[in-house]
Amino acid sequence: MSALAAGIATLDARQVRKGLDARDFSAVELTSSALEFAQVENPQTNAYLTFCPERALAAAERVDKKLASGEDPGPLAGVTVAVKDVIVTRGVRTTCGSRLLERYVPPYDATAVIRLEQAGGIILGKTNCDEFAMGSSNENSAFGPVMNPFAPDRVSGGSSGGSAAAVAQGTAVVALGSDTGGSVRQPAGFCGVVGVTPTYGRVSRYGLTAFASSLDHIGPFGRTVRDAALLLQTIAGRDECDATSAFAPLPDYLAQQNGDVKGRKLGLPREYFDGLSSESAGPVLKGVELLKKLGCEVKEISLPATKYAVACYYIIATAEASANLARYDGVRYTTRVAADTLSDMYRATRGAGFGAECKRRIMLGTYVLSHGYYDAYYLKAQKVRTLIAEDFRKAFAEVDAIIAPVSPSPAFKIGEKIDDPVEMYLADIYTVTGDLAGIPCMSVPCGKTAGGLPVGMQILTRHFDEAGMFRLADAFEKAGGFTG
Amino acid sequence: MKITVQEVRYVADLANLKLTDQEIDRLSKDLDDILAHMDTLNELDTSNVQPMAQVLYEAEDTATLREDRERPPLDNATALLNAAQAGAGYYKVPKVIER
Repeated sequence: MSALAAGIATLDARQVRKGLDARDFSAVELTSSALEFAQVENPQTNAYLTFCPERALAAAERVDKKLASGEDPGPLAGVTVAVKDVIVTRGVRTTCGSRLLERYVPPYDATAVIRLEQAGGIILGKTNCDEFAMGSSNENSAFGPVMNPFAPDRVSGGSSGGSAAAVAQGTAVVALGSDTGGSVRQPAGFCGVVGVTPTYGRVSRYGLTAFASSLDHIGPFGRTVRDAALLLQTIAGRDECDATSAFAPLPDYLAQQNGDVKGRKLGLPREYFDGLSSESAGPVLKGVELLKKLGCEVKEISLPATKYAVACYYIIATAEASANLARYDGVRYTTRVAADTLSDMYRATRGAGFGAECKRRIMLGTYVLSHGYYDAYYLKAQKVRTLIAEDFRKAFAEVDAIIAPVSPSPAFKIGEKIDDPVEMYLADIYTVTGDLAGIPCMSVPCGKTAGGLPVGMQILTRHFDEAGMFRLADAFEKAGGFTG
Repeated sequence: MKITVQEVRYVADLANLKLTDQEIDRLSKDLDDILAHMDTLNELDTSNVQPMAQVLYEAEDTATLREDRERPPLDNATALLNAAQAGAGYYKVPKVIER
């Protein structure tokens, strides 16, 4: 391995830019080394499903050309990016972690992908995930689980496990994931990196394979708050290809990371500390103490509908999924199991193609929408969703941000929960609420357990207040919050 | 029991999923457990609550409409690149209509 490749794992976006500007390395040299390093490291975690060296090197050449001619190479110049394999990339296989799409090569790029490349970002490859982003452990990938970089017998978390692991391992500077019920924040917490779920509508979903459209978000990962904020800055903003993307003004996130958090009012929701394991509670509460030392005012608050959030989420998410996954019918998406009639062909293709968790969710979603059950489940859940959003609205009248754990416990063993779907779903309790309310939320590392497993702390703010969230997270990080 | 094996077969049919007997058995148990948990929602009185339709409900109804402009679509060959089976510029499927 070259000297550059060996030092690559800890580079942040600012150091990359400094090195490029000082001509310590070119973007092409950096990209070649990053690809080499990522391919050597990958067997340890199974984080990447596909590498795209041609695309990466072409992007790097564009950056080098701009640098040579004195043109602005963009805010992400030379920054390596791993992209979750549910986000489409033109000409680069996009599997969604599914057998069904093993050979699917999209004819277009997601808006987030176009924007990050225009900003000078270098996509190295596509990362492993739970099939169609359905899972909390990455064990539902048709291509094998992602191993936690801190403990190979434990899960990376999911569903964006590959993106979290890639950033934690240092094979990419930043990564894109997607979050429907915690799929960015939970693996970020398990792998000790920063993971952000922006406000619903902040980032275009165009090119994000649909799981549950009213809950799906694209979100960034980074080893620092600054890098995650930088990536969000480049991909955020209105896109006419996604009617739900917001017109809201986009502030300069980095400029707002000024360390000033004195007097910020923070709420600790008591419902989020019930049932929290002591090994996760320790680092989170230490994090809260640190925020107090920085001058934040902390008070206990209540979000009473929290205990209903998992049931609410799994009704709405599976209902939407059952409709969104109807398109995988053996006609348009590469894989077909032949049969004599059209209907038998659909059934055979879907029966053979989907994994166990996808089938479970399609079945559940179809059931809760079916005649006679719609009011009892789906409509009821939509009303409970209103109550959950109301809880947050009321809380944000009193506090500027909410501090909470990310998951009840740190990364669990591979295989430990896979046979008990209810237990697996219940572990999403602290993350599904943010998605249901559409508010921005993020996971920042706040320390480790006695056994050395990372623990994440969650910060949630008002709709479109990512800037306030980043300012708090950045001050926390700089005060040493990450090391606990 | 929240759901019977017959209902599971019926739902699989609605969802266009061919399942093995083993999968049906497993799903009957799993869905039963999950639906039992879903029933906790009935503890909440929601008779005066509006169902949520959109999380950013403060926005105007027309806030996200765009101008209706022509744009070139994917060309036929590109659109068919991922077809399971294609022919003469179309997707091919098993015969649907008997003559």
